[in-house]
Amino acid sequence: MNVRTQQRIAISVLFTCTVLVVLPVLLILAIITYKGAPALSWEFLSAMPEGGMNAGGIFPAILGTLYLVGGAILVAVPLGVLSAIYLVEYSKDNAVSRLIKLAIVNLAGVPSVVYGLFGLGIFVIFFGFGVSILSGSLTLGIMILPVIITASREALESVPRSFRMVSFSLGASRWQTIRYAVLPHALPGILTGTILGLGRASGETAPILFTVAAFYLPTLPESVFDQTMALPYHLYVISTQVPGIHEEIRYGTALVLLLLVLILNLAAIILRYQFRKKKRW
Amino acid sequence: MHQTRPSVTLRKIREWCIERVIFLCGITSIVIVVLIFLFLLKEGLAVFRHVGLLQFLLGKSWYPISDPPQFGVLPLVIGSVLVTLGAAAISVPLGVASALYIAEIAPRRIKEILKAGIELLAAIPSVVIGFIGMVTLGPVIKSVFHLSTGLTALTGSITLAFMAMPTIVSIAEDAITAVPRQYREAAAAMGATQWQTTWRIVAYAARPGMLAAVMLGLGRVIGETMAVMMVTGNAALIPHSILQPVRTLTATIAAEMGETVQGGDHYAALFAIGIVLFVITFAINGIADLYLHRTTRG
Repeated sequence: MNVRTQQRIAISVLFTCTVLVVLPVLLILAIITYKGAPALSWEFLSAMPEGGMNAGGIFPAILGTLYLVGGAILVAVPLGVLSAIYLVEYSKDNAVSRLIKLAIVNLAGVPSVVYGLFGLGIFVIFFGFGVSILSGSLTLGIMILPVIITASREALESVPRSFRMVSFSLGASRWQTIRYAVLPHALPGILTGTILGLGRASGETAPILFTVAAFYLPTLPESVFDQTMALPYHLYVISTQVPGIHEEIRYGTALVLLLLVLILNLAAIILRYQFRKKKRW
Repeated sequence: MHQTRPSVTLRKIREWCIERVIFLCGITSIVIVVLIFLFLLKEGLAVFRHVGLLQFLLGKSWYPISDPPQFGVLPLVIGSVLVTLGAAAISVPLGVASALYIAEIAPRRIKEILKAGIELLAAIPSVVIGFIGMVTLGPVIKSVFHLSTGLTALTGSITLAFMAMPTIVSIAEDAITAVPRQYREAAAAMGATQWQTTWRIVAYAARPGMLAAVMLGLGRVIGETMAVMMVTGNAALIPHSILQPVRTLTATIAAEMGETVQGGDHYAALFAIGIVLFVITFAINGIADLYLHRTTRG
């Protein structure tokens, strides 16, 4: 076979494979949008579920997810950013820093359901927080820690060394240098990572299964020690656990969850793009 | 001089305190990994009071609520392995091919669009993918193979193959892009076509990174819970073909934890499954990381 024909065939095969990977994504989005859009209404977003979850809205699930994600961010961002600062600004290349990096890699790979077990063991039972928003937020926060650390590390590393040198040469201490010469420039990158973490936390189901999520609650949670409904768990419940739920409600719930996650991801992508465009060094 | 001295000492103390706090945050990741392992052991080891380790790992029956209960995880391990192998058979060739296309062949603008598509796929929550797999892929599998149910190991494999794709494609693409430009120039100077360069030079040089990509993708597949629980039919029996329902390790934990009594044998057995999963993913990620560092150095 001629090398040119060979090349043409090979490239078409690669192209077909790529289409096979990307096309289902568009299909999924199209199906959920098409079938879920009719369900969307202000009532669907703002009302309590009624009639065995077959009517009314999904407000408690949306609110619950917002609580959980907010809590997770409160846990993960301070810890994650400081951890990244340690790795980039303080640590030398020694056994400790290598061990930390290995730990981060492994945390990123721990199955989400194992985080759920961990949260159940440590927060629900050992610390006695019970099945509550507090336990769920802590569990989700720990789960997105690797995302935040990795993004913050990249952001800090992208700040040129010369910035630090100039700050040191003016007599600033290490912390002053980090606080005034490094962090402000790394902030957009850290923010991007935070939003991606938000997106990840809002879609995860397995970590909240045993730590916070409630099948159905007639009232909204009142404190961090209450259980709550959550959007991803609600979708799981109405699509597998309760028979006879209207298709429209299922697709509608899927669409709301998808929109929430995609808007967060889109925000992160736009932020990153703006940041790259503005970067002057 | 005398006026500044106290503030200098103060500053030093402050610096020292900040440094300690940051160090403590720095080692949180290590602490958490250790804590996860300890808590899994603490809750899970109790099951071995009643079941031997070998009986647990190689037992063929998982009947946790019969009397006496049987805790053999072999059907679940086989379920996980079957679904994972199926997913690998689909996602590895497709993923590597896409990575090659995106990194080496696609024009810049198409490349950006494709990468955004892959990122989009990574962002979709697993419960949404599970839902879609259940309502669209399941019926297709059912009618194509004339089965009584469309929720089978194959359905799980196809669903999970797509969930592994973002990991495989993006890491493999990084590895391919990291291949030095001189390699391509040298190949071109020898008269190689673009395809010959891509396949025999670039793909060859990027092998360790691509291997890491595949391993990390499979790590994601083994650990995936919600989607696999929704599409594989959840039968904790040893399957005889990929067209039968199976239940994976992860799905078992997620599906059964709600019915257990805290501290009971069933509860402990589910944590013991967690230990198995933790050890598997720890090994996969550790090895993949080693390969990943080999590429960046080369």
